[in-house]
Amino acid sequence: MDGTVKEKIMDYLAGKLTCKEVTEAVTEYLEGTFTFWERVRFQMHLGMCVGCRNYLRQIKQTIRTLGKLPTEPIPPDVREELLRRFRNWKKG
Amino acid sequence: MAEERVTSSDDLEQLEALRNGDERAFASLVDRYYGSLLRLAMAYVPSRAVAEEVVQETWVGVLEGLSRFEGRSSLKTWIFRILTNRAKTRGQRERRYEPMGLGGDSGDNLDGPAVDPDRFLKSGYFVDHWVSQPNAWEDETPERLLLSKETRAQIEKAIEALPPTQRQVITLRDIEEVSSQEVCNILDITETNQRVLLHRARSKVRRTLEPYMEGQTGRT
Ligand SMILES: [Zn+2]
Repeated sequence: MDGTVKEKIMDYLAGKLTCKEVTEAVTEYLEGTFTFWERVRFQMHLGMCVGCRNYLRQIKQTIRTLGKLPTEPIPPDVREELLRRFRNWKKG
Repeated sequence: MAEERVTSSDDLEQLEALRNGDERAFASLVDRYYGSLLRLAMAYVPSRAVAEEVVQETWVGVLEGLSRFEGRSSLKTWIFRILTNRAKTRGQRERRYEPMGLGGDSGDNLDGPAVDPDRFLKSGYFVDHWVSQPNAWEDETPERLLLSKETRAQIEKAIEALPPTQRQVITLRDIEEVSSQEVCNILDITETNQRVLLHRARSKVRRTLEPYMEGQTGRT
């Protein structure tokens, strides 16, 4: 296949999307709100751009890490107080 | 599309036990959600003391509402909604929370770009392409990363620094892993608004982590 035609097609599909646009569109991409062709364009850019691939991975790693953030356990006295309220509630 | 997620069978079982006055069911509920509720409350009110009060009030609200809960959402969504309603009222009184919409958004929707503009080329054929590319972060699992007290503190600090509505959305979506539909339901916002807030919040947390994560790579 003629290299220049191929390049033109690649340019058409991916060239219009800048790295800046990728960083602003990344949430919509992950949320699945893109149309089929928007997704193709986005993935084409990723395919050619290591910076944006890294960026997407960083965002995913951020999300995964947030999901594992530990929460504080309930202090024993607060727990006791809540259970007391539950018993009172039960009595009506 | 259903408007709300239907209560799961686990939820229904737990609900039945609670209504029958099973203390163990209530204890397990309290153990499971206390920390999450506290975290969410902190996104609305200015102090930890007030947040703790809001959480207490929430549990009272849960007990009051148990007999009326119709099971049209998950138990978790229902409890979180009770919390956000109370936290909003308290936050308004404490002048921290401002209702979203005209002028009241504290600029949550209007703030800067996801990435520092200086990291992109300003002109030429490759305008707006990376001038300083993001590097690959070390492929640590979240569990291992979070073993470090410093990393945890960095993340918590980044979340605390967010405007309230961004903080509420990222807390529910990414920390509590509540679905986008349920978050819209809990916070009374549109899908689009939620996406914008989530995007801003995630971008900022990533930015905070970046120098630290690259330092990690350099240190090994
Ligand atoms: Zn790129």
